Amino acid sequence: MKCNDEIVDLMHEYLDEEIDPTNEMILREHLKSCKECETLFNEFKKTIAVVKGTSRMQAPPDFTAKVMASLPKEKKKVGMQRWLRNHPLIAAASLFLVLMMGSVFSTWNQEREFSVSKQENLIVQNNTVIVPEGEVVKGDVIVRNGELKIEGEVQGDVTVINGEKYLASAGHVTGQIEEVNEVFDWIWYHMKKTAYDVIDIFNDSEK
Amino acid sequence: MEALIKKRIKQVIKGDQDAFADIVEIYSNSIFQLGYRMLGNRHEAEDIAQEAFIRAYVNIKSFNQDLKFSTWLFRIATNLCIDRIRKKKPDYYLDAEVSGTDGLTMYSQLSSNSPLPENELESLELQESVQKEILKLPEKYRSVIVLKYMEELSLNEISEILDMPLGTVKTRIHRGREALRQQLRYV
Repeated sequence: MKCNDEIVDLMHEYLDEEIDPTNEMILREHLKSCKECETLFNEFKKTIAVVKGTSRMQAPPDFTAKVMASLPKEKKKVGMQRWLRNHPLIAAASLFLVLMMGSVFSTWNQEREFSVSKQENLIVQNNTVIVPEGEVVKGDVIVRNGELKIEGEVQGDVTVINGEKYLASAGHVTGQIEEVNEVFDWIWYHMKKTAYDVIDIFNDSEK
Repeated sequence: MEALIKKRIKQVIKGDQDAFADIVEIYSNSIFQLGYRMLGNRHEAEDIAQEAFIRAYVNIKSFNQDLKFSTWLFRIATNLCIDRIRKKKPDYYLDAEVSGTDGLTMYSQLSSNSPLPENELESLELQESVQKEILKLPEKYRSVIVLKYMEELSLNEISEILDMPLGTVKTRIHRGREALRQQLRYV
């Protein structure tokens, strides 16, 4: 007996997993009674199992690398951005350094004018600051772009930036004496000052 | 996984090429397999799979991110395979021979090291004959059968990949199944 296409269609519906329960009943009933269709149905199922059973293919191990190597080159900018993303600390540190250097250099160039810290008994003559003999200057003395003659006593630190200091034999400084003349000294001075300021902030907040 | 793919695609669109490596890694086996089953040898399969990924990368901006990436990628790869099959149609049989030799070398390599157990040998031969029969199918049936039974995709996905109505996909699968049944029923 040659079975009609309807039954074959039902088989395909079944194999597509789209058969509804009523049709599945019809199919099953028919298969019980028809050897020919049962064989056909089993052949279909076997064929699918065999095709599905072929082993999974694996791409060659260097496949991804090969693909990546043959992609068109990306823009430099992106590579840079990714590098920055991957190294945030280095990026932040170098950015800080660049800005810091920039600001320090610019202040070095700007501050060419004579200036002196304000203390009552300091005498200023042209570009020379004098700590008079027998006088006691309280607090730190800072002289920029000028000379400092110490004949009396300074109770504090003395800093001479881009200038010279003369300490007379009678002169006396209780704190540290520092001369800053070169750019790198200047930077070092700045860094120390920043550090001290930071410490001061902490000390103040503790108080 | 879909979420990871989506994230990587966004990175690639922004211009981060390295993010594409994960995408390639995830789909390399299935795209390579598609190429192998469609074309019949490893060399062409690798070639076509590479080409598919490069095209996906170059055209990533035209990919609609609301859709499934794999569907889009499979569409690119399937189209490439179909194009290649159409171009080399004249030496179709010559090529089927090549795929046979490919299997033979694999078999001889294996057997030279250690003799294969009977059932493994059988399964290897079976695999070879399945591959041969798949390659004998006309391209329009071959693609649906490979996508359905080897890549295990749903009928809906196949209809999207091949850009044809679901009904057509079904008809082709039915005919492909029938052709394979006639060849493979006695194996």
